[in-house]
Amino acid sequence: MELRNMTAAGLAAKIKAKEVTVAEAAQEVLDCIEEKESLYHCYVTVDKEAVLKKAEEIQQKIDCGELDGLLAGVPVAVKDNLCTEGMRTTCSSKILENFVPTYSAEAVRNLEKAGMLVIGKTNMDEFAMGSTTETSAFGVTRNPWDVERVPGGSSGGSAAAVAAEECFAALGSDTGGSIRQPASFCGVVGMKPTYGTVSRYGLIAYGSSLDQIGPITKDVTDCAALLEVIASHDEKDSTSVRREDTDFTSALTEDVRGMKIGIPRDYFGDGLDAEVKEAVRRAAGVLEEKGAVVEEFDLSLVEYAIPAYYTIAAAEASSNLERFDGIKYGYRTAEYEGLHNMYKKSRSEGFGAEVKRRIMLGSFVLSSGYYDAYYLKALKVKALIKKAFDDAFAKYDILLGPVAPTTAPKLGESLADPIKMYLGDIYTISVNLAGLPAISLPCGKDTKGMPIGLQLIGDCFQEKTLIRAAYTYEKAGKEHGYKDGKTI
Amino acid sequence: MVIKMAKQYETVIGLEVHVELATKTKIFCGCSTAFGGAPNTHTCPVCTGMPGSLPVLNKKVLEYAVAVGLATNCTITQFCKFDRKNYFYPDNPQNYQISQLYLPICRNGSVEIETETGKKQVGIHEIHMEEDAGKLIHDEWEDCSLVDYNRSGVPLIEIVSEPDMRSAEEVIAYLEKLRMMIQYLGASDCKLQEGSMRADVNLSVREAGTAEFGTRTEMKNLNSFRAIANAIEGERERQIDLIESGQKVVQETRRWDDGKGESYAMRSKEDAQDYRYFPDPDLVPVVVSDEWLAEIKAAQPEFRTEKMARYKEEYDIPDYDIEIITGTKRMADLFEETVKLCGQPKKVSNWLMVETLRLLKEKEMEPEDIRFSPEHLAGLIRLTDEKVINSTVAKEVFEVMFENDTDPEKYVEEKGLKTVSDEGALRKAVEDVIAANPKSVEDYHNGKEKAIGFLVGQTMKAMKGKAEPGMVNRLLKELL
Repeated sequence: MELRNMTAAGLAAKIKAKEVTVAEAAQEVLDCIEEKESLYHCYVTVDKEAVLKKAEEIQQKIDCGELDGLLAGVPVAVKDNLCTEGMRTTCSSKILENFVPTYSAEAVRNLEKAGMLVIGKTNMDEFAMGSTTETSAFGVTRNPWDVERVPGGSSGGSAAAVAAEECFAALGSDTGGSIRQPASFCGVVGMKPTYGTVSRYGLIAYGSSLDQIGPITKDVTDCAALLEVIASHDEKDSTSVRREDTDFTSALTEDVRGMKIGIPRDYFGDGLDAEVKEAVRRAAGVLEEKGAVVEEFDLSLVEYAIPAYYTIAAAEASSNLERFDGIKYGYRTAEYEGLHNMYKKSRSEGFGAEVKRRIMLGSFVLSSGYYDAYYLKALKVKALIKKAFDDAFAKYDILLGPVAPTTAPKLGESLADPIKMYLGDIYTISVNLAGLPAISLPCGKDTKGMPIGLQLIGDCFQEKTLIRAAYTYEKAGKEHGYKDGKTI
Repeated sequence: MVIKMAKQYETVIGLEVHVELATKTKIFCGCSTAFGGAPNTHTCPVCTGMPGSLPVLNKKVLEYAVAVGLATNCTITQFCKFDRKNYFYPDNPQNYQISQLYLPICRNGSVEIETETGKKQVGIHEIHMEEDAGKLIHDEWEDCSLVDYNRSGVPLIEIVSEPDMRSAEEVIAYLEKLRMMIQYLGASDCKLQEGSMRADVNLSVREAGTAEFGTRTEMKNLNSFRAIANAIEGERERQIDLIESGQKVVQETRRWDDGKGESYAMRSKEDAQDYRYFPDPDLVPVVVSDEWLAEIKAAQPEFRTEKMARYKEEYDIPDYDIEIITGTKRMADLFEETVKLCGQPKKVSNWLMVETLRLLKEKEMEPEDIRFSPEHLAGLIRLTDEKVINSTVAKEVFEVMFENDTDPEKYVEEKGLKTVSDEGALRKAVEDVIAANPKSVEDYHNGKEKAIGFLVGQTMKAMKGKAEPGMVNRLLKELL
């Protein structure tokens, strides 16, 4: 097996055994990037020199026994909305094109503490707003399985980089499906943890009450290991939760006997592609064979999740993005007359169309006279959705369904019809509204050869149950996996 | 013939008072709140609104806000939230201010005030917590504006009264009462001049006897009690003039210029921004448990009324002294601490009531500005008690101590101000004075008791003030 084909955990074991050096692993990733970036464009920033220097430092710490973590020495990519001290952090937006943070996000610090090597910053939809990575101000990322197709989004760069072996693992962020959907489109594993599990400190906010950082990896083992590395209680994030059960790799066992799995009928209605439906049903069958008890049920309220989500996320985003004003950092228009004009021109020129659309939507739903009718109502819907999940988890250990209605669409198809793009989030966003953990893992390909994703949803803090089910499915050896499937 | 009666108008006033809390660190980060640092040195990613930074509530802010709420008889909101107030301005790094709209920490309170017309309750509508903004500095030379974020994130509470006040006198009484309570709580030093207490005045007038309120204006930039009183008078007259001349009062925010004694409009209600308030998703709801509330309640300090009663009981000092000393927390603390050190309440009170008040007035200072320590005042009292210095020298030493908190014992030593207790030297001086003033000696022998005063004075002069007058007196009588 070539170095680049290894999983993160596999590579870490080789590094520990002194069969591979951190520098060799780093060089392999840099070579891959050199070969493939022009094709896929997964990264916004890669700092080769810093990476090689850092690799030596990590190697020394491993050699003297200072670092012996699960993934020590493994090169990892980070979505470009996570602050990295001294390394440009753009959110794939012109407005932050030259922004270099003075501090690192807590999740990034956790990577560094564990001895992981940050390779670079991955492309994304601008400010994480989009489902295709096409709204990036720095060009689209292409799906490694078919470069005519999108990698999904908003963490498209991270998912594509893992699929294309341009890194061994990556971090993404998930506000309405932004880890799970691109993982699904790119045939890799992605997980959105329970809200509060990974500190949001240093994550440039989109929808603060929904945002959560999570791993995108080649397999379930890597996913559990990387989540274990980044999960931590952080006093700098008021919404961070103190958990004693973050030894997620302990859940890597093949055992779903007696596990109760609920399949929401609502997730198999109109709009779901037949091949996706078929693959997901087959996956449920695999788990049933392994001893799980699978049952269909009605989750309800699914159709209200999209309007509630876009109201809440846009409202929070409209306020979160106010700080990008051309005063303190980021883009400032060249010519202006007075303060107001400077704000207006800097923001008009600095933000892309999708971001402006959501800022306008969010400002509208919060404006005086409309607050009750939209924002407050959306919060009520959110509470009802949480209640519907609570009821479901009273009966089932996990829920099973598709990640997205279709496999990856062609470039340019989605942005032409934003409403249709928003509807593509239907199976993922309720998970964010309810703060639940969910994992996306490959469960086959359609006739076009594009990967299909299986979504498992757990109750709050039940990541281990998800990992156990996902690992069992993966080990069942059904068609899945990552592969450089470039078609050019 | 129609006699036009002059209409009687009533002034209706409500106040919004901002108080900067005396926490060591800011409301949502660990940066220092200390005054006077070089620009942007008391800052971090949180208080400069860097992307990705998050606020975490300083619990001390909550504690102070609850304490002020309890002292003003408010209901404490045990489940409260922070909201974002969205508006663009460069002193506000996130372009939203974290404040409270929907569930403020305190509601429905009252403060009792006393004026010449008697006692009265002023209602408190609410008290909420919020963060202060940074400071814009315009550089005329470069023609650009600079921002200093040292004040950004300094904790504030805003105390919103009901429109219950009817005169400048009531407003001042209310502010003084608030200030005293908050100082007693140690929640703020409440200095108007320095801006740690700021009051905005909402004022309207109506014909006496009417139930409806008139249109109100909000007056800003009031940084002394005098400016507040002037602004109230000025605004009342301006509104009455408008009404009398058939015009309408416009609902607007005005800025008071105390130098010119007039105000000008800043913005009208039509320009009012839509702040798009909504709960801040970065902060979790604040829960004040019954236990914690009880703890804060139990820790409430002795306020002025109780203190006055206790002073009466414990110290043998005049009622008038008690009233003045308990009038500010600074004075009361200084009094009690000094008494603890020297055990002489009467003497301590005297120093505070006479020399301290005199110097404060002379130097236009507030009691909060007093610099000398209780240790030094106690030291000075000990020096006089032990007759190391006499009262004239003591006053001189006090002035120096008042200025620089100088150690009186060291000062007396260094300047050689000790009373001459060497009886031989003093006896010699007295003999000289007797010899040089035969006329006075004769007067004394002829029964003019007063003449001895002159001789004492002459002796003191000869001793350069460093003699103990009692001893001089004794020696004079003995030698005459």
